[in-house]
Formats: sequence, structure tokens, C-alpha cells
Amino acid sequence: MREPSGAEIAVAGVGFVADSGGALYWPEQGLLIIADLHLEKGSSFASRGVLLPPYDTAATLARIARLTARYLPRAVIALGDSFHDHDGPGRMAASDGAALAALQHGRDWIWIAGNHDPDPSSRIGGRFADVLTASALTFRHQPTGAQGEIAGHLHPLARVNAGDRTFRRRCFASDGTRLVMPAFGAYAGGLNVRHRAFSKVFGTPAFTAHMLGAGRIYSLAASSCLGD
Amino acid sequence: MPQDLQRGAMADLVIARGGAAPDLRLLESAREPPWAGHSAHHATGEIYELIKRHKTALVFVNTRGQAESIFQELWRANDDALAIALHHGSLDVAQRRKVEAAMAAGGLRAVVCTSSLDLGIDWGDVDLVINVGAPKGVSRLLQRIGRANHRMEKPSQGVLVPANRFEVLECAAALAAVADDVQDTPAARTGALEVLAQHILGCACGEPFLADDLYTEVNSAAPYAGLARADYDAALDFVATGGYALKAYERFAKIRQSADGRWRVTHPMIAQRYRMNVGTIVEADMLKVRLVRSRASKMIARGGRILGEVEEYFIETLVPGDTFVFAGEILKYEALVEDEVYVSRAASEDPKVPAYEGGRFPLSTCLAQRVRGIISDRDHWRVLPDPVRRWLEIQEWRSRIPRPRLLLVETFPRAGRHYMVSYPFEGRLAHQTLGMLLTRRLERARLRPLGFVASEYALAVWGLGDMTRSLEHGELSLAQLFDQDMLGDDLEAWLAESALMKRTFRNCAVIAGLIERRFPGKEKSRREVTVSTDLVYDVLRRHQGDHLLLRAARADAAAGLLDIKRLGEMLSRVKGHIVHKALDRVSPLAVPVLLEIGRESVYGEAAEELLAQAEATLVREAMG
Repeated sequence: MREPSGAEIAVAGVGFVADSGGALYWPEQGLLIIADLHLEKGSSFASRGVLLPPYDTAATLARIARLTARYLPRAVIALGDSFHDHDGPGRMAASDGAALAALQHGRDWIWIAGNHDPDPSSRIGGRFADVLTASALTFRHQPTGAQGEIAGHLHPLARVNAGDRTFRRRCFASDGTRLVMPAFGAYAGGLNVRHRAFSKVFGTPAFTAHMLGAGRIYSLAASSCLGD
Repeated sequence: MPQDLQRGAMADLVIARGGAAPDLRLLESAREPPWAGHSAHHATGEIYELIKRHKTALVFVNTRGQAESIFQELWRANDDALAIALHHGSLDVAQRRKVEAAMAAGGLRAVVCTSSLDLGIDWGDVDLVINVGAPKGVSRLLQRIGRANHRMEKPSQGVLVPANRFEVLECAAALAAVADDVQDTPAARTGALEVLAQHILGCACGEPFLADDLYTEVNSAAPYAGLARADYDAALDFVATGGYALKAYERFAKIRQSADGRWRVTHPMIAQRYRMNVGTIVEADMLKVRLVRSRASKMIARGGRILGEVEEYFIETLVPGDTFVFAGEILKYEALVEDEVYVSRAASEDPKVPAYEGGRFPLSTCLAQRVRGIISDRDHWRVLPDPVRRWLEIQEWRSRIPRPRLLLVETFPRAGRHYMVSYPFEGRLAHQTLGMLLTRRLERARLRPLGFVASEYALAVWGLGDMTRSLEHGELSLAQLFDQDMLGDDLEAWLAESALMKRTFRNCAVIAGLIERRFPGKEKSRREVTVSTDLVYDVLRRHQGDHLLLRAARADAAAGLLDIKRLGEMLSRVKGHIVHKALDRVSPLAVPVLLEIGRESVYGEAAEELLAQAEATLVREAMG
């Protein structure tokens, strides 16, 4: 029996597992959702003179591999901003390209369009879509606040006071009707859940931050989290 | 032009005759020195009297927070409306210049200041220097005292005001050291790799160089005399393409060899950015503090003048509405607008005072040795104030006095917890490292440690397990617990995860030029152009553990914040000389360090546990 590594949360009546590794899993459909991979962010910065370690793509792909091994999903959705910029796929190392292909092997892989993604002609496998719907749910990159929507783009981050210290952790943001995914990429930054962009999505500051911990999720009311 | 430097050639030494010896004394306050704390409020009255009896006095403190606090206290006692000013590094530059000008013109009776005033400025008619709190080192003290009375033949006047009982001992040790004409001798440092990297880039920005020539030149500088060619090449490789095993960045190289073999920058922008970011002092992210009128509504249209700067992390602990003391006033935190903290004037009873990272030097080895000497020799106790002498006498009666070569370890129960207090006298930093490592070992010995706190002279660890019993039954051995091998795997394992390492890595990354703080042209929002160095650290650790920056950070942490060398020397010194006292209650010597438990944040890294508690607390609050 697998050890639990996430929390069960429902969005628009559909049961998901919010994995502490930063992915959402839909058991009924065998669907794994990850968002904002920002692959090749390191090399993107390097092209502008900031020589970040070029290992972020490999690190991110390795983390995806752990999740696919855990859940053996039938399909994977990459919910937009999968590459940090337009030319990302061209800069990807051959070994990373092979690792990506291995992840895609034997399953459905959908690239949802974000604001930074390459065009569909790139050789990165899978298939491309702007939006995906499945029963009452809509999967898109940029959140609109619609009912049943699962989106990314905002990179939610929660700041919490515990004891004398402050913690910052990536989190899922959800009110049970819609959800914003944590950013998955190794170098992806975060936006504080107290930022008004989030209350705009949910129409209210009353939503829950499901923070990523070491092997489990911590769920707190976003309004009880600290601003920046 | 550099002269031909032979290895071992020394510069000429000029020995000058000193002037008159300084006239230094310890303030014996009418009120007993407190057991712990750094505020020295018990001596405000006496400090004020001293200011009244002199023309101009400098009141030196160690931290900016203390400066603000004492400044407030003096003004509360300022019945004679004396002109007392405040000067520290976080105040707006214009404000500092005003104070300096007033000083030079003889218009001030006193200035409460930090080391921002230590160096270089000439001070008109200062006839007294008051040093509040422990001097931390003899050289620093002498430099500050030297501010008084700029005449070689007349003695400078100085008064030391210890803020707590232990500081009385530190001050007594400092006085003895000054009388003996002794100075601190900090150990020579090996040249840092991240500084070398910055230097290499700087050279390339100046004039194209040959790798061999630059190596020879760098080698001729004492701190880099031991620099291996392989390390130099690694630094060069780092500057050029990031120093990665994965050769991904050849086309983004910042410096490149041309046909003649010389290295030069690949683009003038690189040189421009280098010049904007050159320097090896990395301060915490600072935010400007701007005074505004308080508004009940959310929007504050425009701001007023800038009062100074505070560390970003301090503002992160505040919530709008919180009050704090800064620039001599009590201010209310209104809002954070872009990179500025908007504050308004507030009248509040209980402000939080900014606690600054700067100024946290540990007790120097020279002073530590002297303090150990004073404590262990009863003859020396005669010069100590009565309350302090009594403190030591009772310690000797209830437990024992630590001797210079012995490490005293006391264990005792208190309020349902078991304590182990040791007295290494190696300064706060080394003790914090020791605390981290001891807690890990006690954890493995199933003694369930809960936390620890370190002071300049002692380390207290507490937990659920009965350490007295374990020691008496031979289940726990102090010799093993304090063995030097803790600096091996235990240290490595802890270092890999610690927040301290991440902070050190960030500093290294900035100095080495991986991350830039200032950008040409329009100042973009910092978040858009920066990446979290914590994320970079994690990725680098997993994929290239021997990267130049990781090695540099490791070396910095060892020397700096963790003081590992000093800890190692102590462990070696006390090997075979550890003495255990099992007590039935807290000893007098342990009281000050136990009192720190409330003030300082406990060092445990049990982040997950704390998160779980936070969740439980909030659930309870929500559910009533």
C-alpha cells in the first residue's frame, strides 16, 4: 500500500489528490496535472547574462518522473508555461529531451498553452490545446474564476507564522469550486496568496491554501496567512 | 605598478610610541546589573549624569536597535533638555550628515551611536566616550575610546557600562587587556573563492589578461598564497560560463579568450553591470522608510521624507498597525508600497524595536580567555562589583567555577524538562553550531531534545530525557558527546539543510556575480528579474555538489556564521578535560543563558512540526 503523500480535495464535486510534490491527481480518470514547469528557465537567464545552474530542466523532469511512477497516470496535463520562453525546446539538452520522451511514452500528454510557451510545431511530443474540458471541469493556463476551473499561471505561495519563524511554501489555492495550481518548475518563483490577484479569481479572500510540506499537505485559510 | 614581490618579503615596520594610556573605568551602577538582556536601562540615570558633567560625550552601542532604545530612554530622562542626537547606519544619509556637522560645531552634548561613527571622522570636543554593553574585542574598544580627546599626551576618558551580569566580566577583562597593552589577534583568513571570481571578472573588464599572469599575481597576495591552480581555473571557468559540469553555456560566455590567448569581456554590458555591482559587502535587503500622514482609508496618495532604511526581514515580521522605534521616533507601519515602507507618527506604549543583523560579533578569543581567567581566579573577584562577586561565590558553592582548561557541564531538572548547560566561552556563533550538533546527537541517544539557546559563554540544551540519569548510568558519555568527530558527518548533514547555509550561499552568489542586485536602466520590480537563490542552492546541491559556489559558501560558513574552526579548537582543547556536575536545580552561572530562552528564537529546524502546530492552532481558533 502506498504511503499517503497528499490530501484529498474536491473541486466542483470531483475528488482529487493534491500531492505534496506539487501535482494534482484525478484518480477516476487517471489524470495527473502539473503546471508552470518553466523548463529551460536556467538557460533563459543565461542567455541574458545570469548563468544559473543548467540543471533545472533535469530536476523538474526527475520530479515528474517520481509522480508518474507513483500514480501511473493514463494522461498528463502540463497546464501552461511549460517552457520559460519560446526558444526553450531548442536549448534543451539531448538527455533532457530523452527524459521527456520517456515520460510521454505509453500515455497521453497534453500541453496547454500558456503565455510563454512555444508553438505547436516544436518537437516536444504530446499534443497541444488551448483549453481542455472534462465533465464539469475546465483546464486552462490563466485563471478566469469560472466554476469548475483548474488553472495555473499565478504560482501561489503561502506565508505562515509558526513559532518565531515565518515559512514560505508553494500551495494549491482552492475554494472547492475552482483551483489554482502551485508552480512546479525548479526555479519558478511564487506570488503571495494574499495578493489581490487571488481574491479576484475567487471573488473573495475566503479560500484555502493547501501548502506543500515534506510528504504531506497543510491546509490553512488564506486569510490567516501573512502578506508580503 | 606591482613591485617584484618575493615570497616572504616583508614591508618595513614603523613602531610609533603610544600616547598617554587611556583613563578607563567600569561604571558601577547603584542598581544591580540585570541577569540578562542588552538594554542597560538600569544605568540610564548614571549615563545621563555623566553626559551632564562633560562637554560632549559619545555613547557607543553594539546594535542599531540598542541605539534606538537608549536614545529613547535618555530623552525620557532628559529633564535639562540637553542636545542629544542619534547616529547609526540605517538613518538617512542627510540626517547623519546633520548630526556630524552639529558635532563638529560643538552643538551637541551627546550622540548615541553605533560603529557607523567608529572610523575616520574627526570629532571636535569629545571629552568622554561611554561604551554601553560588552566591547566584544579589545581593539574595537581602544578605537572607540580613542575618539575622546584628540591629544596624544592627555589620556582619553572612557567609561564601560555593562548591560548584564556576564558583561561585567567581559568589561573587566577588557579593562585588564587595555592595561596590559594587548590587542586582539584575529586569525589570518584564506582568500575567499567568490571574491576571487569577482576579481577575475573585474580584471577582464579592465584590460585583457593572460590566465598564467593573473594567477601569478593573485598568488602573490598573502591570503591567496596557497591558492591551487585548479581552484583558480575553476574560478575562471565560473566567471566565463558558470563553472558547470554540464557544458551548456559556451555561447553565453561572459568572458572569452581571443586569438592572442587573452581573456576579455564578451560585451560592454557585462562590464557595465560589473561596475554597478562591484563590492564584497552584501547587506540584507533594505527597504526605505518614508514618513506619511496616517490615513484611515487604504490608499495613501503621496509620501513625505525618507527617514532611513530597515532590513526587509524586519518588516516581514510586522503587520500594518504595528509600531516600532526608528530614527528616534515611534512610528506606525502603514503599508509596503513597492520598495518603500510607509510609516506614520504614532504615540504608543509598547513599540517593537528594530532588531538588526549588523553588529553581532562574538566575544573575541582574547577576551574570552581573559574572562575565563578572571572567573577561575578568586583574587580577581575583588575588583568586581558586589552583586557579580556574590554571583560567582554562590556558583562556587552550589556547583563549581569553570577553570580555563576544563569544560564544565552541568545537568539539572527544571519545570518538567532536563537541562544540560556547558560553558565553553567561545562566543555565541560557535556555541550555536555546537548546540545544533549536540541536539542531533542527543536525538540519536533517544534523549528527546527540544531546543537549545547559546550565549557568549554558555550553551543550554533542554529536553524530555533525563541526561543526569543517562550520564550516571553510563548510557551517555560526555567524552563521546563532545567528540571532535561531530564536525564530520553530523555537521555535513546539518549544513546541507540549514537556513544559515542558504543565506551564506546567497551572499556568495551575489559577490561572485552569479546574481546581480543592480541593473542598468529602469529599475524593474526586483521579483521579475531575480530568482530565489534558495531554489538555485537546492538544484546545485543535488546536481553538482562540488560547484565553486558551494565550496565557497561552505568555507564562509565555517569561518563566519558557524565559527567552525573556533569550535574545533575548543573541542580539541577540552578533550579529556570535561567535568560533570549533576545538580538538583539551576546553577547561578546558568541563569543568564536560561533567561535568553524567551528572547531569542530557538534554533530547532523542526519546520514541519511547527507548520503542523500552526495549522492546529488556526483550526482551533476557527472552530472555537
